[in-house]
Amino acid sequence: MFTPHTKNEIKEMLKVIGVDTIEDLFEKVPEKHRFPELDLPEPLTEMELAVELNEISSANAPADDFISFLGAGAYNHYIPAAVDMLLRRGEFYTAYTPYQPEISQGTLQSIFEFQSLMTELTGMDVSNASHYDGATAAAEAANLAYHFFRGKRNKILVTRAVHPQYRETIRTYMYGLEDVVVFGDEEQAGFSPDLQNTLDQIDNNTALVVVQYPDFFGRILDYTKLIEIAHARGALVCMVFNPTALGLLKPPGEFDVDIAVGDGQPLGIPLSFGGPYLGIFTIKEKYVRKLAGRLVGETVDEEGQRAYVLTLTAREQHIRREKSTSNICTNQGLMALAATVYLSLLGKKGFKQVANLCYQKAHYAAQKISKLEGFELAFPDTPFFHEFVIKTPKPVFEMNFHLQNHWVLGGYDLNQAYPELEHHMLVAVTEKISKQDIDDFVLALQEVTND
Amino acid sequence: MTEKTVYELSQPGRSGVTFPDPDVPNTPLPESFAREDLVLPELSELDVIRHFTTLSKLNYSIDGGFYPLGSCTMKYNPKINEQIVRLPGLANTHPLQPIVSIQGNLYIMYQLQEWLQEISGFQTVSLTPAAGAQGELVGALIIKKFHQINEDPKRNKILIPDSAHGTNPATSSMSGFKVVPMPSDERGNVDLEALKTECDDSLAGLMLTNPNTLGLFEENVETVIDLVHDAGGLVYGDGANLNALLGILRPGDVGFDIMHFNLHKTFSTPHGGGGPGSGPVGVSEQLAEFLPGPIVIMIEEGDEDTPPFYGFHYPRYSIGRMKAFYGHFGMHARAYAYIAMHGPEGLRNIAEKAVLNANYLMTKVKEDYVLPYDRTCMHEFVVEGAWKDVPKIHALDISKRLMDYGFHPPTNYFPLIVHEALMIEPTETESKQTLDAFAKALKAIANEAREAPEVLHQAPHTTPVRRCDEVKAARDLVLCCWIPD
Repeated sequence: MFTPHTKNEIKEMLKVIGVDTIEDLFEKVPEKHRFPELDLPEPLTEMELAVELNEISSANAPADDFISFLGAGAYNHYIPAAVDMLLRRGEFYTAYTPYQPEISQGTLQSIFEFQSLMTELTGMDVSNASHYDGATAAAEAANLAYHFFRGKRNKILVTRAVHPQYRETIRTYMYGLEDVVVFGDEEQAGFSPDLQNTLDQIDNNTALVVVQYPDFFGRILDYTKLIEIAHARGALVCMVFNPTALGLLKPPGEFDVDIAVGDGQPLGIPLSFGGPYLGIFTIKEKYVRKLAGRLVGETVDEEGQRAYVLTLTAREQHIRREKSTSNICTNQGLMALAATVYLSLLGKKGFKQVANLCYQKAHYAAQKISKLEGFELAFPDTPFFHEFVIKTPKPVFEMNFHLQNHWVLGGYDLNQAYPELEHHMLVAVTEKISKQDIDDFVLALQEVTND
Repeated sequence: MTEKTVYELSQPGRSGVTFPDPDVPNTPLPESFAREDLVLPELSELDVIRHFTTLSKLNYSIDGGFYPLGSCTMKYNPKINEQIVRLPGLANTHPLQPIVSIQGNLYIMYQLQEWLQEISGFQTVSLTPAAGAQGELVGALIIKKFHQINEDPKRNKILIPDSAHGTNPATSSMSGFKVVPMPSDERGNVDLEALKTECDDSLAGLMLTNPNTLGLFEENVETVIDLVHDAGGLVYGDGANLNALLGILRPGDVGFDIMHFNLHKTFSTPHGGGGPGSGPVGVSEQLAEFLPGPIVIMIEEGDEDTPPFYGFHYPRYSIGRMKAFYGHFGMHARAYAYIAMHGPEGLRNIAEKAVLNANYLMTKVKEDYVLPYDRTCMHEFVVEGAWKDVPKIHALDISKRLMDYGFHPPTNYFPLIVHEALMIEPTETESKQTLDAFAKALKAIANEAREAPEVLHQAPHTTPVRRCDEVKAARDLVLCCWIPD
């Protein structure tokens, strides 16, 4: 179906090669195992496949069928139509890594613009071309810090308010480096906004401190003191950020962090059941030679025209092999393009509007819910962005089960990742939620409580 | 031609997509956290569309022409895949929704796991790795944990053939292993004598790409695997070149313990200008519980009235989570669609036509180019992009000149063991006419190399920009465009 060969052509080609049959080309494959019978369903035509996938898709209930308050690392933002129209251009999505700059300026310039937008958004000096997602970007930050100290500092300190799956990913990435310990996020560490527990643990063996902003509970904490102390003890700091929040909030660069990473999914990338998303990775300039992943730089061509190329490639695996700090090769090119188009479309005005809408609506929701009998805010005195934690009168999984009947997708059940947070729901609000939606949610919460 | 950047195009006061005013009472943001300024471009929607459309036209792509980039399997990406993944039921599902509301997604993932297992001969597949390199990391960490659980932690050495992708050694050192390169013999196989000397009790495993990056089937594959197994090591299969083996050989059947799949190579998910990829990993029975989770399982079998019910499983000795959520689901759905459209015969046809195309092209190209390993190839082959009689012509010159003929160059200077390598992978979706045209261009370039070498040195002549100053890019390091104050 996607192979164009006619019978005559096959015959001619075999004759040129000098064999009788296609099977003859596979003589070196162990005979005993050659040409296995694969137990797979018979093929579908495109038309049949389209019907089947429609059926499978309708076995799901998409988030927009509900009023959705689910976030926890993936957010249901509005994606302007123009983003996907551009992403669907074959010139973008059927190209590969721009190894040949003369015929890849489209990809190279769009990555260069992505890098530029990310440095502006974060207030950092340098952005790479992307990592897989926010979690792996955080893990690569640990990797960078480990190599920056040439293995002489072996502690990676993470707070308990960093996304639980990001913490797990950091641990996996560090597993091979046997002397590294990842710690600081144990249950007894808690998540007090004064961060005292974390501060106490930063020492001369700490390579990296990882914090999140806003944190996993949506809280906006002041990390100024923590960063000062970390730097005074020689450690690097990595801030995991939410890009939408940076439409309103002071950027990581102003906190003087060394590395700022985040997931770019909120920037025009569909929920898509968890992936593909976009790992944003930004640093202070002094770490650029330890940076993993692709980098695009500006230069000129032979005629003096401005042009873009992949640069500092000597850092990367295809040159340095076992001496490189990371093995990353393919990254999230098309997702980086989505974020670039999204930020260009919304621009200065639209992006700030989105951030503000998220903030305002979340605060309206928090205020309404906190007035419900049996509900209260878990962190009433701490500022938050577009997610907040409420204590619920019943187990969250039970409430969420019933909320579905009201076509509400309730918030994340924190008890899944935090044994100490029974009856705690993490509620996320985006610009897609209207005041009416929030009022309906509040009503539904009341009803499922009384059921 | 060049295009202005989004910031150069920006006009203060212009706006593109905007949003309604808040419909809720105002809550002020604490001043200490408010950012002073965020300078984003100010463009109309049409400005943005024109800008990125212009940029797209500066790109070479599969949809635009022949893209024989060796080892990358630049095959046609079916359009139906793009339509499917945009169905709201797939594109607009949140990863943390209750599993009753995402049974369609879990069905797709479950079937894809089953099908990849059947295609490869492995017992269990995890779909979570984000790309091939991350799949390799999974493999190396599994090897590590396997030896640790078996109380054999002194096994710290990974053998890697000198023809391997750079990701293999990089992955191994990321996983804390010592990397020992394995030489290739004169037929392009792993040198068995060298292998034997390294098969001792410090051996953790071997990473083997088969067919290897020379495009050659490893002729002693079973012997190699046996030697490593006998020494107590595990064998990792780099599945980058699986396109040559669909329906031809199941790597699990010949004894590979672990392998990653590149859905963006073998199973037609688009390369996206450098990702997203997707790198599921398959393992043998003894390693199934080491895989990264979650893995989709059938919790309840269905019957005539009710469909089966799917959920997640986290393996017992798992090396841990590789990323947030479940992998690149959008890529899983495309690969599912691709396999569903092919069936068993269709998959074998892919490999057969990929190998037919490569051998046909190789036969034509070797008339003018040195073929260092002259035997039947699999899905790709490597020639030298240089000749003794014109020593000033390099693989790079040939690559750049190919652009003037309307083609994407092959992978150049890889594998490292071939002098001035040009690594050519035509894929099965190309026609005889395209291959003939490409061979003709290579022949013409071979003639030009002798008759008008300056044409090659100055190539490309017809591209949006000419050869770029890479030294300046690295020396003057400009990684960010001009942004107005």
